[in-house]
Amino acid sequence: MRLSALQKVLWGLAAIAIVGFVWLQGSTRNEQRADDPAFRADFELTDHQGMVQTDEDFAGRWMLVFFGFANCPDVCPTTLAEVAAVMDALGSDAAKVQPLFISIDPERDTPEQLAEFVPAFDANIIGLTGTADQIKRTSETFRVYFEKIEEAASPDGYTMGHSSQLFLFDPQGGYVGAWVYGTPAEEILADLKAQMSI
Amino acid sequence: MRYSTALALAFSMLVGLPTASVAGSEDIVVEDAWSRASIGINRPGAAYMTLRNTGTDTVTLLGLETPLAMMPDIHETKTDANGVSSMGPVGEITIPAGESVALEPGGMHAMLMRLQTKMVEGETFPLTLTFADGGTLTVDVPILGIAARGPEG
Repeated sequence: MRLSALQKVLWGLAAIAIVGFVWLQGSTRNEQRADDPAFRADFELTDHQGMVQTDEDFAGRWMLVFFGFANCPDVCPTTLAEVAAVMDALGSDAAKVQPLFISIDPERDTPEQLAEFVPAFDANIIGLTGTADQIKRTSETFRVYFEKIEEAASPDGYTMGHSSQLFLFDPQGGYVGAWVYGTPAEEILADLKAQMSI
Repeated sequence: MRYSTALALAFSMLVGLPTASVAGSEDIVVEDAWSRASIGINRPGAAYMTLRNTGTDTVTLLGLETPLAMMPDIHETKTDANGVSSMGPVGEITIPAGESVALEPGGMHAMLMRLQTKMVEGETFPLTLTFADGGTLTVDVPILGIAARGPEG
């Protein structure tokens, strides 16, 4: 099939419209409410010990889910450190909460890579990774955005942009809410305790 | 300002201090420097601090040097309205007279790429700041625990 110049322009515009639509969709994702039945924690990934884990493996526990990559020196260690502080402060109630760090850089983040990174912050935190397809599917389910950014001044010539919120799901896997990046552990803890009624 | 520089120069010659050929960067004070321990040397580290300009000239920070990392550079994390964070080099940092610039989690950080040695909790490493006026300032950055949340740990 040969396209005329006009057809090419029209297809180009259509493509831009689709991208624009997806972007708009994305921009409203933070306004998802707990009563949105479609937003549930749903995944099948490999944990940092090489075991396949699905959301059902964590049923009955509150889930703190966040996305990142091991080569991230700022946002990811900071969120991991906040979550570690929350888990510490929960004391015996920590058993009711499962923090999950999901990689959006499956190219570099093998289970072995995550095993030396994630649990160093808190032994309770589980790192999850998967194939590029699995990660893409997971990001769609969780409505998070990620992109690979070519950046010569970064390790391996690239860095990742990614949604940096910390999501909370209830013991049935339903979305409760999210904290923006940079929320202090004390605030997360207070909100979490209120949700858990402890 | 020219007067005070000339005066300082005259004074330093009088008392035999080394004549500073820099203009401004000697007034930079580094506070609350800290970093997190690393697990190995495969992933980049980050260091944070506040740069305070106690002088009367604007000072421009051009870059970093440290024996700890082959490629230290100042990077900045930006988070957009959708909560998407990404990171890139910032280039020069301008510190106006009398003001402070903070390198802190979620903002700017000294990105320590190609670590030469592991960052061990309890140790420190020297980080040299290079300024546009030719001055340099070396600070010892404490290495805190991997899950540290600020300069206090």
